[in-house]
Amino acid sequence: MAFINTKTKEVQVKLVFVGPGRGGKTTNLEYIFSRIRHRIESDMVSIKTQGDRTLFFDFLPFELGAIKGYNVKTQLYTVPGQVKYNATRKLVLKGVDGIVFVADSMVDRRENNINALNNLTENLKFYDIDIADLPLVFQYNKRDLATEGIPILDVESMEKDLNAQLKAPSFTASALKGDNVIPTVKKAISITLVGIRDKLL
Amino acid sequence: MSYILDQEQLDGLEEALTTDLMTLGIQSVILIDMAGNVIVNLDDGKVRHDVYSLAALAAGNFGAVSAMASIIGEEEFSLLFHKGKSENINFTKIMDDFLLVSIFGNDVSLGYLRLKIDEVIKKIKVLIEQTRST
Ligand SMILES: Nc1nc2c(ncn2[C@@H]2O[C@H](COP(=O)(O)OP(=O)(O)OP(=O)(O)O)[C@@H](O)[C@H]2O)c(=O)[nH]1
Ligand SMILES: [Mg+2]
Repeated sequence: MAFINTKTKEVQVKLVFVGPGRGGKTTNLEYIFSRIRHRIESDMVSIKTQGDRTLFFDFLPFELGAIKGYNVKTQLYTVPGQVKYNATRKLVLKGVDGIVFVADSMVDRRENNINALNNLTENLKFYDIDIADLPLVFQYNKRDLATEGIPILDVESMEKDLNAQLKAPSFTASALKGDNVIPTVKKAISITLVGIRDKLL
Repeated sequence: MSYILDQEQLDGLEEALTTDLMTLGIQSVILIDMAGNVIVNLDDGKVRHDVYSLAALAAGNFGAVSAMASIIGEEEFSLLFHKGKSENINFTKIMDDFLLVSIFGNDVSLGYLRLKIDEVIKKIKVLIEQTRST
């Protein structure tokens, strides 16, 4: 739930990166952090296992311009993608304003993508949110693997698997190389702000 | 979904937290919501914490502790306090959606601080209840 501070003229929104384990959520935040670290004071916070898997969340504050004179402060979070961490994954979704769904383009991850999306739908229901009502952007990640000859899913079949009903904006990307990472997050923020814009005085 | 606090409410919150808590000589006090948004952030001018990271972690930590409570059949754990060598941190839930994070040194008595927190929470509730949810 976004917080509008009329005193400091600031809007805080919570954007959460969701998707299957090892899909590249943390890599997205790491790339964003590498691009903005010179102009922010805070560090990226990661609560993770020794093997670098997300255990609770990653967190990175991201400031992006202003609307109607209000500074927009977006709090970026990732959830743990591993199936067994649903308790913490659910907690991170509390108060979510927008979602980036990071899908893995590797052929053998197809089921994982679908399961992760179903799990997201369930977890949002817990907070009385219908996924169709929440600002959402799909990111089809790891497209760079194609250049290494690793078989990847084509965009049409990923759209059909995940986005046939939701019809959300989608991007192909490579979080590892940074391709389309910033456009993904910018799009997610801009659609998240659509509903909030009108409430600013 | 979003909610707005206006200038008057925010001034009131700051004033209450300053007179009731900051004057005890505590290091900082942060009022956040359970999504991890920072509503009011006050400090003694000597420290500069990474408040947004603290808020994200505090909200997550509080959520995790509440979830543990419900697994073992408790409604909630009333005492949420971490003791350090020189700094301590105390969490107090306000209504269902807000959390007050107080950071203080060993020179401040926890008992007295708790008493003052109870007082300030009453004021905060009154102020927040006028909130517009949009
Ligand atoms: N080739 C390639 N590898 C990627 C890309 N994005 C992430 N990876 C790799 O995939 C692995 C998992 O990435 P993470 O970012 O940790 O994945 P995650 O979604 O955060 O995983 P969990 O925390 O377990 O949910 C790492 O080895 C990354 O380097 C990409 O765009 N291309
Ligand atoms: Mg991760």
